[in-house]
Amino acid sequence: MKHFAKLIRTIDSTNKTNEKVNALAEYFNIANDSDKLWAIAILSHRRPKRPVNTTLLREWATEQSGIPLWLFEESYHIVGDLAETIALILPKTTKESDKSLSQVIAEIISLREMDDASKKAYLHENWMNMSYYERFIFNKIITGGFRIGVSQKLMTRALSKSTGIDEDILAYKLMGDWTPVSTTYTQLIEEENPSDYLSKPYPFYLAYAVEDGFQESMGEISNWSFEHKWDGIRAQVILRNNEVFVWSRGEELVTDKYPEFQRFLDHIPNGTVLDGEILPFPDGRIGDFRDLQTRIGRKNISKNLLAKTPVILVAYDLLEWQGEDIRNKPFSFRRKILDAMIAKLNSESIGLFLSSTMRFEKWESAAEERKRSREKRSEGLMIKRIDSSYQVGRKKGDWWKWKVDPFTIDAVLTYAMRGHGRRANLYTDYTFGLWDNGELVTFAKAYSGLTDKELREIDAWIKKNTLERFGPVRSVTPHHVFEIAFEGIAKSSRHKSGVATRFPRILRWRRDKKIDEANTLSDLKDLIPK
Amino acid sequence: MKHPLLVFNEKGIYCQQADVYIDAWRAVDKCIVTHGHSDHSRWGHKRYITHRRNVPIIKHRLGDITVTPKEWNETFTINGVTFSLHPAGHITGSSQVRVEYKGEVWVFTGDYKVEDDGLAETFEPIKCQTFITECTFGLPAFKWEPQADVFTDINNWWATNKAEARTSVLFGYSLGKAQRLIKHLDTSIGKIYTHGAVEKMTQVIRAEYDLPPTELITRDSKKEDIAGNIVIAPPSAHGGIWIRKMLPYVTATASGWMAFRGARRRRAMDKGFVLSDHADWDGLLSAIKETGCEKVITTHGYTDIFSRYLREELGYDARTEKTQYEGELNEIETEKEEEA
Repeated sequence: MKHFAKLIRTIDSTNKTNEKVNALAEYFNIANDSDKLWAIAILSHRRPKRPVNTTLLREWATEQSGIPLWLFEESYHIVGDLAETIALILPKTTKESDKSLSQVIAEIISLREMDDASKKAYLHENWMNMSYYERFIFNKIITGGFRIGVSQKLMTRALSKSTGIDEDILAYKLMGDWTPVSTTYTQLIEEENPSDYLSKPYPFYLAYAVEDGFQESMGEISNWSFEHKWDGIRAQVILRNNEVFVWSRGEELVTDKYPEFQRFLDHIPNGTVLDGEILPFPDGRIGDFRDLQTRIGRKNISKNLLAKTPVILVAYDLLEWQGEDIRNKPFSFRRKILDAMIAKLNSESIGLFLSSTMRFEKWESAAEERKRSREKRSEGLMIKRIDSSYQVGRKKGDWWKWKVDPFTIDAVLTYAMRGHGRRANLYTDYTFGLWDNGELVTFAKAYSGLTDKELREIDAWIKKNTLERFGPVRSVTPHHVFEIAFEGIAKSSRHKSGVATRFPRILRWRRDKKIDEANTLSDLKDLIPK
Repeated sequence: MKHPLLVFNEKGIYCQQADVYIDAWRAVDKCIVTHGHSDHSRWGHKRYITHRRNVPIIKHRLGDITVTPKEWNETFTINGVTFSLHPAGHITGSSQVRVEYKGEVWVFTGDYKVEDDGLAETFEPIKCQTFITECTFGLPAFKWEPQADVFTDINNWWATNKAEARTSVLFGYSLGKAQRLIKHLDTSIGKIYTHGAVEKMTQVIRAEYDLPPTELITRDSKKEDIAGNIVIAPPSAHGGIWIRKMLPYVTATASGWMAFRGARRRRAMDKGFVLSDHADWDGLLSAIKETGCEKVITTHGYTDIFSRYLREELGYDARTEKTQYEGELNEIETEKEEEA
């Protein structure tokens, strides 16, 4: 625990990626195998199940601090992070934990089985025997969501530095649904064990968004293949050894959520890995992303739901064929096999579609096609270099996304809430309203899109122009107009405005506009596709 | 109902009986000023009354003003109301104001901290019935480490950076925090360089206080001379082109807000040292207790939360008054430090 706490403290004390990598590599050099394995697990968001619910956690921390519960809640609103709040408000100690990271986690796991009184006693004793950083980490492990400015990529780089194993190979080894309970450091990192690879996906290759005027630097347009960019769940469907495995981009094994793909088994040979998009397909046509949300959240997929919102796979790449990893072959080669395979099948009857490739002679023609995106239910175009290999992670150069311009509308700031994490203590989460019969009706919440300077300015304004406070939320005088962008729009009975928007965010602060120049709710409704 | 001894009006804290303001935020005829930070000593009053050691500071900031200096504990009476100034421990020359009229005693703290920082005159608890207190850090999440421990960390950080051939750039408000940092830096490690705003204020304060030598960074300063040393700069200098002269450098901020990981990450600082010139949670509670007061008025900071705690948990007659004081906010949140 001491070493891990020191590591997190060091990472917390620098903004420089190289220093973070060095500190991590140093940790991997000195820690024992079980600590290393847990460190890797935690930093790749594989945490033990939460042994105590947060309500009890707050109560017990509050009790030990001798403060009233409401004061804890107020502090939590301001600090913005539960683990950090608890670490801060507990009485100070000068102690350090003498347990190892893996021992602490083993205890946290066994805590699940204990009764509440024993859980409480355990926490009270351990909180008072840890340094501030140990306490913070301990709480983070218990509450989950270990986000501390170390991405999985950065951790993989450090591990590569420490072990000498290639970064891409490590990324591959670290994928899948292993836990430190089901494997060991040696098995996971050091050993070559082909049977482990049965369900393993490949790291996804992700595209960068193009910038304005990108066409200039792309060279010959004949080097590029175009497709529509589908708005669903990025997924790999793996067929090996007469089994189907479905992985989402978040490295989550989601096979059970999409039983439709079991049909692939009778039609597609073993040793095939498809990369594509899972899309909702109600009434025989591509649906809205919101249809898919009814599927994402469910553990048990009822017959009813399957019938109402079936899904399909729109395949756009082939990563493995006849048991061979073909990611290093050119895109055109991979597509040739994929297209031929699908052509031979009556594939649409089993829910497998092909993302058609297009070639253009002029950028203007590509732009014309991009304009048709919304009617084709896509969110723009993908541009892929025809001889590109399938790379690991987000890399610039060979794959680009050229999204359609978002919808935009001018709305009035009506409520503000304190942010979390990096933005704790600043009012950064905003609610916006549109005019409807002389009243402002809430239509969206948004928080990203302002510069730090603008954030501080609007934060100061909010603090001075508060009408009412409701816990962490303040209503403010309607005064500022913001241009809000969003990706999708649909009717909704769940929203007061009757409209749901997808991924709303602030595009710009319209200081030039007065509130009576903001848009109306009926302007917004006009944007809903007919 | 009797008129309260001090009221909060649209211009500041006002004593009607004496017709005098304390730390007014609009221009008034006569104003007692607790200390030199700009949210407490505004420009434009006809007459200023402040502690002798604050005089050069506010003259430096406000220019040619009419000011009457006072000593600690020196009483002065205006229309039957007796005033006196007492150390607040916030920065050099910072005062609390004691106001007495017909046996009734009120104390206004201005900004304060209870720990002796080795530079500012140490906070002195004053008995009173009504205590008007700031509560910039009035949450139990704020608990400061002893100053000696924080400076051990700061000096170790500097020494480590120097060993790695990097310059340490440490940000703190140019009045108060900067001099406190300068006072306790270990000059056996290297030299202390300053940004212009810090250097000017440090020179003003040097007249009355003993501080280690500092060197202003000018256009002619050589990059290789600065390398490995420490630079003290106001928060507004972060992100400007000025800092490029310090490459390769490591940045840190010394502020109470650094207790929160989020605040440090938002400022894109490498390192945050939790060091404040305001009282922490325990400091506020102990200060209130020592006054023996019955009534508490909270002025700036987490006022509503803090006064609720005082009422509900400790049984004080506590309430909040709206003011325009900013506490330590400008140390991290705003860019508007004046060019001193």
